[in-house]
Amino acid sequence: MVAKRIIPCLDVKDGRTVKGVNFVGLKDVGDAVELGCRYALEGADELVYLDISATCEGRKTFTSLVERIAQNINIPFTVGGGISTMDDAARLLDAGADKISINSAAVANPDIIDQIAAKYGSQFLVLAIDAKQVDGIWRITTHGGNKLTDKELISWAYEGQERGAGEILFTSMDHDGTKNGYPCETYAALADKLSIPIIASGGAGSVDDIVKVLTEGKADAALAASIFHYGEVSIAELKKELQKRDIKVRL
Amino acid sequence: MIAIVDYDTGNLCSVCNALLRLGVEFVVTDDAEIIKSADKVLLPGVGEASSAMQKLRERGLCDVIKALTQPVLGICIGMQLMCRRSEEGNAECLGIFDTEVKRFVADKKSGVKVPHMGWNEIRNLKTPLLAGLKEGDFLYFVHSFAPQICDEAIAVSENGRQFAAALNKGNFYGTQFHPEKSGTIGEQILKNFIEHC
Repeated sequence: MVAKRIIPCLDVKDGRTVKGVNFVGLKDVGDAVELGCRYALEGADELVYLDISATCEGRKTFTSLVERIAQNINIPFTVGGGISTMDDAARLLDAGADKISINSAAVANPDIIDQIAAKYGSQFLVLAIDAKQVDGIWRITTHGGNKLTDKELISWAYEGQERGAGEILFTSMDHDGTKNGYPCETYAALADKLSIPIIASGGAGSVDDIVKVLTEGKADAALAASIFHYGEVSIAELKKELQKRDIKVRL
Repeated sequence: MIAIVDYDTGNLCSVCNALLRLGVEFVVTDDAEIIKSADKVLLPGVGEASSAMQKLRERGLCDVIKALTQPVLGICIGMQLMCRRSEEGNAECLGIFDTEVKRFVADKKSGVKVPHMGWNEIRNLKTPLLAGLKEGDFLYFVHSFAPQICDEAIAVSENGRQFAAALNKGNFYGTQFHPEKSGTIGEQILKNFIEHC
């Protein structure tokens, strides 16, 4: 059986890593390649780089950063942020990305999931889903949580799987950046419905939160940013602790 | 000089980058003469088995690869193509390794997922390719099909069923996992191939 994965997430703006709380109030936390190498050495199983640049100039910077990441990092990495066309997918594949994640573009045009999966394989495509609870229903949001859509979480995730997504990365906008833990029942419901791996994201404040989402929440991987960037928990410590609690991890 | 066989099955970037990090000279080529005269040959690949076989055939490389006498390392699909046949697209393959490639079966109850994606342990390690590794070391896998256990297996892993995670017969080696994406342990395997196979 595969080990549960621990995935630090690096939000990149104009080549630098930043991490916001609920996506506002960014703080600069360092060079993206340097930080990635440090995480890889500490035992990260994969890395996710999200481009949050809003400009064309920023996007170009990100592509050359992806080339640098591919040259320097010896574990798999996913890139995401603003990917909306087959050209974007090709550009990032050529730059050396192992996987791409798409979010808003897939909601606007679900066919892009089928197209990317058909051309590059499901293993190349992570469907990222941001959702928040409105009147007890998990509704999909896009554009960094700014736009609420009519789509419902579990049906959308299932549709993504059937169209060819290789993994689901689900972030609760109600929990992201709060360090209050993950919505574990919702993750478990996703895992019961889907057969592809699920990555939990947004809300980890402690080792216990991560233990919970990997066990009760049945997630295959946990993605986190703040707790690693600010050194509150090192990846090595976290994984040792997970092992102590009988969770299979790569040490 | 190491030849990386280029047969248009997606991106070779990660293998090239891994060799660059090791400071090894290589050439990416589909030229039979260059492949034949290389010190070592790498056969990477992602994608679907029957179309990958078709691409090897179109380039006239099937017999060239089978006849190589220097060390050859197939990675992922590259290794699967070196087996007898693959269930994926019912592909007749090169038949270097005497085993068949079969699909995994997902099972929600026991948590077996397909594709088999992530870090998994390898055991029953043999040969210089895996020197320096420990039983139970983790390597990075991404695949839905895998070779059946056989006498040529030099490492075994498990995803719902046991499968050959690495194979060796004479000068031919193969890994189902991706050494180029498997951290320092993966680098050790590439180094072993370059220095000791």
